[in-house]
Amino acid sequence: MQAFDYVRPTTVDEAVSILARHGDQARVLSGGTDLIVALRESRRQVQVVVDIKALSETAELAYSPQAGLRLGAAVPCYRIYGDSAVAAAYPGLIDAARLIGGIQIQGRASIGGNICNASPAADSAPALIVHAATCVIAGPHGRREVAVEDFFAGPGRTVLQPGEFLVSIRLPAPEPGFGAAYLRFTPRNEMDIAVVGAGASVVLDETRRTIRSARIALGAVAPTPLLVAAAGNALAGLPADDAAVEQAAALAEEAARPITDMRGTAEFRKHLSAVLTRRTLRAAIARAQAA
Amino acid sequence: MSESVRVQASINGEKREFLCEPRQSLLEVLRDTLQLTGAKEGCNNGNCGACNVILNGVLVNSCLVLAVEAGGAEITTIEGIALKDRLHPLQQKFLEHAALQCGICTPGFIVSAKALLDNNPDPTEEEVRHWLAGNLCRCTGYDKIIRAVLDTADSADMQSVRG
Ligand SMILES: Cc1cc2nc3c(=O)[nH]c(=O)nc-3n(C[C@H](O)[C@H](O)[C@H](O)COP(=O)(O)OP(=O)(O)OC[C@H]3O[C@@H](n4cnc5c(N)ncnc54)[C@H](O)[C@@H]3O)c2cc1C
Ligand code: FES
Ligand code: FES
Repeated sequence: MQAFDYVRPTTVDEAVSILARHGDQARVLSGGTDLIVALRESRRQVQVVVDIKALSETAELAYSPQAGLRLGAAVPCYRIYGDSAVAAAYPGLIDAARLIGGIQIQGRASIGGNICNASPAADSAPALIVHAATCVIAGPHGRREVAVEDFFAGPGRTVLQPGEFLVSIRLPAPEPGFGAAYLRFTPRNEMDIAVVGAGASVVLDETRRTIRSARIALGAVAPTPLLVAAAGNALAGLPADDAAVEQAAALAEEAARPITDMRGTAEFRKHLSAVLTRRTLRAAIARAQAA
Repeated sequence: MSESVRVQASINGEKREFLCEPRQSLLEVLRDTLQLTGAKEGCNNGNCGACNVILNGVLVNSCLVLAVEAGGAEITTIEGIALKDRLHPLQQKFLEHAALQCGICTPGFIVSAKALLDNNPDPTEEEVRHWLAGNLCRCTGYDKIIRAVLDTADSADMQSVRG
């Protein structure tokens, strides 16, 4: 592997100043499951690797039913699904955290790293979008927040500017009647990359029969993970039945603009967008009704 | 140029100190610097599990951990699995079930299965298969391996190890 320096800052300010000083010659290290492979294969060249795991904010996993979840950018997947309160409140996020790699990958891989790596197929992205997550970013000019659906700029690219890094991800507290799910299609059950991924969340009314609001998101069907606002909006006010599910599935298929590659053709991905939206939306509704 | 860094870690219960470059993986240092060659390099990219070690109680691919990240850590490698006077029940059951052929994947499978049983002493077959999905075997086939792990979990010997 190429040579680089390793630094382990202990404050956010220190991390920002190192990142700002080195520009594109510095790279943040979280779990390393993407970065170390990229460095080894020389897909990235860097002088400094900035390990953010010693920062209290990036290692924090704090949930309360009032304030919601503060998910530190470096928290590995196993800690997320290992926390029963978090698992109960954010089922879509948990679906994704359990899907990323295998157990060994989940021991290191973070959700922050998953979205900063910005693969269009990143499993956590549609899940975070349907949970209405917000990215908390620190940089030379202070802090800013970006909705997770606006965090991606293209394959492998985010809106992070030089000197900036992702500190944490905030997920709002689930409302009563909330349910969410994430599903993907892969040829193999584990250790594979999504051909298409789909997330859905709903808030049902007191009767648990009518959809108050919904969010639908797709992965691997566009240069960035996609919030399908049209599908979510169309569901508001509808009975939580098959007709509503079909309508959302059709709108998701329409919104998908996939490419053909070795994992699947554009046509297949379009089809999958509808199939997975149908399934994941049904699962989200069932969870909302069971809660 | 990056400089070598001094790192201290507890490996298989023993305090060890080593020099490494930041670009070196934990796997590389275990094998080449510390002569702990039980962990294998299969793919070097996180797919095969042959390099598995337990880092602070968590199963990881040591090819995807920088050795400098292991400062202060407690690490268990395959060399630390056997008991004082005999094989660990997992090792014994792998022999009894002939759960290996060339053996390259075996240290990874045993370390991974050890982490599973530490977490979940009585896993179902599905749980074992799911947990071991990140470990690849090119020659034995998975069935004997799964049987060996399930049999270990059921064995009296394993209960005595757990105490
Ligand atoms: C065998 C294997 C299987 C995998 N399976 C899946 C899968 O099923 N689904 C999936 O989505 N992914 C998968 N991945 C990819 C990877 O594991 C995930 O993307 C993981 O979540 C990355 O997190 P990390 O903490 O390891 O990130 P790192 O590797 O540490 O970082 C990833 C990238 O983001 C940057 N970065 C990290 N954190 C920050 C931050 N806080 N601020 C700014 N930049 C940052 C890094 O510089 C790097 O470029 C797999 C990888 C492997 C090796
Ligand atoms: S060598 Fe580490 S996973 Fe294959
Ligand atoms: S025994 Fe040869 S790879 Fe598993």
